[in-house]
Amino acid sequence: MKFLVCISNVPDTTTKITFTPDNKEFNKAGVQFVINPWDEYALTRAIELKEAAGSGSVTVLNVGEADTEPNIRKALAIGADDAIRVNAAPQDAYFVAEQIAAVAKEGAYDVILMGKESIDYNGFQVHGMVGEMLGIPTVAPAMKLDLSGNTATLEREIEGGKEIVTVNTPFVASCQQPMCEPRIPNMRGIMTARTKPLKVVPPVGEPARTTVAEYALPPKKQGVKLIDAANAGDLIKLLRNEAKVI
Amino acid sequence: MSVLVVVECADGEVKKSSLEVASYGAQVAAQLGTTATAIAVGEANAANLATLGEQGIAKVLYDAEPRLKDFVNNAYTKLIATAAEQEQAKVIVLANSNIGAAVGSRLSVRLKASLATNVVELPRTDGGQFVVKRGAFSGKAFSDVVLSGDRKIIALKKNSTEAKHEAGKTAEVASFSAQLSDADFADAPTQVVMQDQAGGILLPEAERVVSGGRGMKGPENWGLIEDLAKALGAATACSKPVSDVDWRPHHEHVGQTGITISPNLYIACGISGAIQHLAGVNSSKVIVVINKDPEAPFFKAADYGIVGDVFDVLPKLTAAVKELN
Repeated sequence: MKFLVCISNVPDTTTKITFTPDNKEFNKAGVQFVINPWDEYALTRAIELKEAAGSGSVTVLNVGEADTEPNIRKALAIGADDAIRVNAAPQDAYFVAEQIAAVAKEGAYDVILMGKESIDYNGFQVHGMVGEMLGIPTVAPAMKLDLSGNTATLEREIEGGKEIVTVNTPFVASCQQPMCEPRIPNMRGIMTARTKPLKVVPPVGEPARTTVAEYALPPKKQGVKLIDAANAGDLIKLLRNEAKVI
Repeated sequence: MSVLVVVECADGEVKKSSLEVASYGAQVAAQLGTTATAIAVGEANAANLATLGEQGIAKVLYDAEPRLKDFVNNAYTKLIATAAEQEQAKVIVLANSNIGAAVGSRLSVRLKASLATNVVELPRTDGGQFVVKRGAFSGKAFSDVVLSGDRKIIALKKNSTEAKHEAGKTAEVASFSAQLSDADFADAPTQVVMQDQAGGILLPEAERVVSGGRGMKGPENWGLIEDLAKALGAATACSKPVSDVDWRPHHEHVGQTGITISPNLYIACGISGAIQHLAGVNSSKVIVVINKDPEAPFFKAADYGIVGDVFDVLPKLTAAVKELN
């Protein structure tokens, strides 16, 4: 079974978000980038399934410029076998999906996994676009993934419940908790990751369909109004009469 | 040319988030000088669909194929794509739900449309551009996105716009068939398991949410959360550490890697307010924080706060709500 795991390079979850002075780009200065937390579920589950089968391969794919390579190496250290970087800044979901679809087709991957969404763009779009481009099923968002031969059984979260879905390979799934406990690299992994193959390929396809004109920060909160614990009931009156939310 | 809105139904009722989608779509149609048509998915009821006229919908298309009751990605995509072609829809609006995102992303490729998800406001169409505002960076920012091309798909964030109600107006309900075949249902679920909805309030659709963290000390104390939620007509939620140790189910986990919610009222009980938790709730309209630690970072993001013991404060709040009602 050939797994393709797509990872994106995102600002660390604790980053204070700021923009360039013209508000057209995210300000990367001094920001630590990490593997998108949702993608860690996809990566770990692919490695677990490969280990359980005792055969197969896990290829990690990133669409990004050279500065994403430390996180690609980290994915290799966690347990992926090799990596591909499409050498382009990720312009929008459609552009990224085109790159993934091209790599997936070229390498004839059986299972294409990614996180539910990235924590920076929050698109939740790429999974379906890739599935549609390749003409294969998508299961999103998936909370559970098991494989038996070429048949996968997944749990898909729907509002208020879950669906049990069975699909044959090839398919795309976007992953989320509680699929697995994401792994962290160990020393042996870090050492071996240095020599694992990382192939850089040029981008393909049509240009992006959407462009960001401007970023903005949400309006600042007014500051908290504290209510004395002894008169906690006053809060309810404020919520009704002042905030008008109950 | 028209605007097509996708309305999700469950148990015969149109979901609240889909009423917002219908109202939003009708307003976009008015902006563009056209009308809005709806296509129903899920377990729909024709009489309830006609009331979408109150949100400004002119016509509702309804395919009575029984297998459309459950979410089937391929079948829903084909159904909506067929409706979009028939109606020559230039703009398609759906909810930014698990169903909306799964279908919208496939549709965007099939219909060669540009797609924006997590949209929070009506588009701006002045100057020949089509610009939407959407949430980004896990609720820590917004971006204005220009959608290019002839066709656009918008996935509207829940509870970000208010559904208009014009009482008495009805929509024409027209039967519709996308000629779906067995092959379109190949990825149909083999089983659908719905959560036990105590109180009947679904977290992603809830207007009010009462949420507990590690400060609740154990699952046996959740009665305090549930009592307040019940009195307020609210859903219950929890922080990541709570679902990680299985005090509460995973579908209640709100935060960066859990559900993102934007209710009118979010009451956090015994949650310190780590930045990853805030990412899931920071677009709530009013945030109340109850924590015995006055230094808890959550107070900085709150509108109202009580520094106190949740075990003392929660029963007082529940009693106060009951008194008010």
